[in-house]
Amino acid sequence: MRFTTLLFRQLLKLILLLACVSSVTFVLMSKSPIDPIQAYIGADILRVGEEQRVAIAEHWGLNDPPLQRFTAWFSSIVQGDLGTSMIYRQPVIDIIQEKFQSSISLLLIAWLLSGIIGFAAGIAAAMKRGTWLDRIIQWYCYALSSTPTFWAALLLLLIFTVWLPIFPVGLGAPVGVTTDQVTWLDRAYHMVLPAVTLSLTGISGIALHTREKMIEVLASDYILFARAKGEEGMRLVSRHGLRNILLPAITLQFASFSELFGGAVLIEQVFSYPGLGQATVEASTKGDVPLLMGIVLFSAVFVFVGNSIAEWTYRIVDPRIKEGYKLEA
Amino acid sequence: MKRNSLLRIFIAITLLVMPLLLAAMLSSKGLLSQLEARNVSPSWSHPFGTDWLGRDMLTRTMKGLALSIGVGTIASITSAIIAGCLGLMAATLGKTADRIITWLIDCFLSVPHLVLLLLIAFSIGGGIKGVIIAIAFTHWPSLARLLRAEILAMKSAQFVLVSKQLGKSSWWIATRHLLPHLLPQFIVGALLMFPHAILHEAALTFLGMGLSPHQPAIGIILSESMKFISAGMCWLALFPGLCLFFVVRSFDMLARSLYAFIDPNRLRH
Repeated sequence: MRFTTLLFRQLLKLILLLACVSSVTFVLMSKSPIDPIQAYIGADILRVGEEQRVAIAEHWGLNDPPLQRFTAWFSSIVQGDLGTSMIYRQPVIDIIQEKFQSSISLLLIAWLLSGIIGFAAGIAAAMKRGTWLDRIIQWYCYALSSTPTFWAALLLLLIFTVWLPIFPVGLGAPVGVTTDQVTWLDRAYHMVLPAVTLSLTGISGIALHTREKMIEVLASDYILFARAKGEEGMRLVSRHGLRNILLPAITLQFASFSELFGGAVLIEQVFSYPGLGQATVEASTKGDVPLLMGIVLFSAVFVFVGNSIAEWTYRIVDPRIKEGYKLEA
Repeated sequence: MKRNSLLRIFIAITLLVMPLLLAAMLSSKGLLSQLEARNVSPSWSHPFGTDWLGRDMLTRTMKGLALSIGVGTIASITSAIIAGCLGLMAATLGKTADRIITWLIDCFLSVPHLVLLLLIAFSIGGGIKGVIIAIAFTHWPSLARLLRAEILAMKSAQFVLVSKQLGKSSWWIATRHLLPHLLPQFIVGALLMFPHAILHEAALTFLGMGLSPHQPAIGIILSESMKFISAGMCWLALFPGLCLFFVVRSFDMLARSLYAFIDPNRLRH
């Protein structure tokens, strides 16, 4: 199959997905018992008279039939207008952009860290298979996968800010400093702990996967042959093993965007890090419907991009996959 | 191997039953505030200490765990049923049904799970009902996908084809060939949903979706403890989280050991 047709297909898939996600989101939101007017006005609801309520409902078109509301909402989304956030009183797009900018570095660092540490741990476990090192790494991975993310974050917070006060308690920047005075060093300093915690969640999957693949490779005939030639240790692994297992590991790592996003929601809450995850929680607990819908759509695109990159790396790097697609088509 | 996994199953079940028993035995008096015993660090009368209202943390933790296990049970059963139906439909009802269901699964997996949970819990209006429904209806996709793949692989397996040639009815093939293969997968898959469901329940309550602060839930306990951590009251976060960890870990262990017990061949793969 040609490159352009594949790209076209991918785009079509994204559009279908977004259509599905947005309509489901809309149905769920319109079924919600939370009154949008009350959520918008908040504590001042007592001061708003019945007439004003009706006027607001009329202005927002809340009394229109659902289908009409959906088409109105959907057409404005297509034009790139996601509405106005109720808690921030700003366009949803701007908020998502601003929050994502502060989240992206956190996500990226955590993603890289978990990938590198997980990959290295997986290789080490496979090379020393059956020894105490392997057992410790495996045990650690299984333990990590049953640890509640936010509890791990709390423990790290307890250890590194209360008992050994090396890191700041939270937030994206020091308190009492205006935004333009915050240096990137401050930001980096505030990001260390959240990023490390977020990377913890991703390590176990990639490490266990790499270990399994590496054991498979080490049992193969060409490794036996290389060993017979006298190669051993790191040299053997880097020459014959790494290439074979790097690709699936990278793919897996790109496909883990969904968990990464979920982890960020929890961790930003613990560290009060002002990113997209915290905005998600605020939107859902305070009933900010437009912002929540915008974030759902955005996160779907985020995950989709990750999955697509995973698929494309595979297709570009591994010629066998290309052949397979040809046969299938 | 067999004895080893039996022992593990036994340990896991004990660890799971313990919080349920303790939750039933401990009187709910511990949930009431006793102002003379506030912020007490762990001691014999309060093994997990007390919080800023003087509530006994052991009681709160155990009741919270009982709730988690309950939510986990409901969620696993519901999700397993959905997964079973959809997996079966995708694999047997022809190409169109298969495409639609596969696409549905992809759609479900393409929104971050936690965001989806928040969305559903929000649309139901929060509360314990919102948490339960959100968790019960979102854990099926991976099991459905697994079952679909298994059934499809089985349909073209040699022994099934031979049975067909021998003139066996599809009912006979389904009950004698497919079911014995699929049942262990299904049970273990459902059991493996427990850890996820419980962790998600804790996460949702932690984020403030759901229960009122007076009800005991692990997430609520931990989110309250955040305010007191800087004061050095580490027991508020340490023990409840550790208990949650043990419950999740033992469900995981139970599922894996059961897998090894039912189907020792597969463990090697």
